[in-house]
Amino acid sequence: MRVDGAEVLERTLTEDEAAILEAWNISLREGTSLQSGRIREAELQTQAKIVFGQLQGALASGGIDADAEHYAALRETLADISRSRAIQGFSPTDTANFIFALKEPIFEALRRKSAVDATKLAAGVWAAGKVLDRLGLHTMEVFLASREDVIGRQGQEIAELSTPVVRLWDGILALPLIGTLDSARTGVVMENLLQAIVDEEAEIAIIDITGVPTVDTLVAQHLLKTVAAARLMGADCIVSGIRPQIAQTMVHLGVELNVVSKATLADAFALALKRTGRKVVRQQATATEERR
Amino acid sequence: MTVSTTETLAIRSGDDVVRVRQRVRALAVDIGLGLVDQTKIITAASELARNTLDYGGGGEVRAEIVLAGTRRGLRLTFEDRGPGIADIEQAMTDHYTSGRGLGLGLGGAKRLSNEFHIESTPGVGTRVMIARWK
Ligand SMILES: Nc1ncnc2c1ncn2[C@@H]1O[C@H](COP(=O)(O)OP(=O)(O)OP(=O)(O)O)[C@@H](O)[C@H]1O
Ligand SMILES: [Mg+2]
Repeated sequence: MRVDGAEVLERTLTEDEAAILEAWNISLREGTSLQSGRIREAELQTQAKIVFGQLQGALASGGIDADAEHYAALRETLADISRSRAIQGFSPTDTANFIFALKEPIFEALRRKSAVDATKLAAGVWAAGKVLDRLGLHTMEVFLASREDVIGRQGQEIAELSTPVVRLWDGILALPLIGTLDSARTGVVMENLLQAIVDEEAEIAIIDITGVPTVDTLVAQHLLKTVAAARLMGADCIVSGIRPQIAQTMVHLGVELNVVSKATLADAFALALKRTGRKVVRQQATATEERR
Repeated sequence: MTVSTTETLAIRSGDDVVRVRQRVRALAVDIGLGLVDQTKIITAASELARNTLDYGGGGEVRAEIVLAGTRRGLRLTFEDRGPGIADIEQAMTDHYTSGRGLGLGLGGAKRLSNEFHIESTPGVGTRVMIARWK
């Protein structure tokens, strides 16, 4: 006689619900999730209860194929749990263990139920293993996708944060560029600079590239576009921080920025002050002059 | 001439171009290139990697440390199975671009390297080799 593992499993889950849930909760409590303090015990228990109920429901509507339609609600619950774990900074192991910790209690219960019938036990264990493994993998997939989302968002935030426009003086702005200037970031850079030029009614914008490791034709083109756009908004650009090895490389590449450049941001600032009719003088010098 | 180490990097995205630059920098430091020569080969690699991506539809680069007598060099071979280049002379001409670039990448990569070799067959793909010697 063929034994239906799904049926054995379903019956065990119904008849032994209390014992299985308790053993699962104990296992979860001992797990590292709680010890990390990222989640409260009550929350973990509620999640376990909901998942358990949905697993019973799915088994009752037929079969152990966790990818099937009647598992959709359970998969969605697990996805929600995984997503929140990813955001709360759980490790992949902790996240997957939520489901895998349910295996042992179920195996135990199956053993108790079918102590006399080895065929039933084997069928039940096989069914439980299959469905829980699939659900565990599902939690991992969602977890990883969520981590990637988080990382992607952080990347965007860094892109915005790492391109601040600094007001050095009335009408003088500085844009210190740091890192790789890919097209996505350059868009943000350019927008920020042009907006700041309008807001500050800036006359001069200093683009400092000390922190840009490589100036290739793409970076050069981005710089040229930025300079041209700034000019249209009525601001002149000075490029500073072109290191000697970069200057040489640019010559070999054949790119010309056609813009005033200075070795350092300080030199560029001094030039900007001069161009806007200002001068920096040492206070002491004036004092000595007065004494004479 | 012998090859002492070889590695291959995929070029499928903008992030890969960044990785190629970082790897070339590390290898250039390994063979003892000075700061200027490092910057030259990194910049040339950046140009060729982006061409592989933008025009070749992606591909790969093989990076080798080569020994000739007592000299050490870094040799990079970029390869793609893209549309190829029908007129190489035109492609090598400064300011020629079929896209929206400055048209300086290929000529620039040649000027930044000690050795430069390009071969391309329309419909088959493109291979560009550069080397920089210590
Ligand atoms: N791997 C390739 N496959 C097919 N065509 C290529 C390849 N590499 C270069 N080309 C062609 O050669 C032209 C010139 O390349 P080059 O790198 O000199 O300039 P660009 O890429 O257009 O602009 P830049 O590199 O200055 O940003 C390209 O516009 C393209 O038509
Ligand atoms: Mg190019």
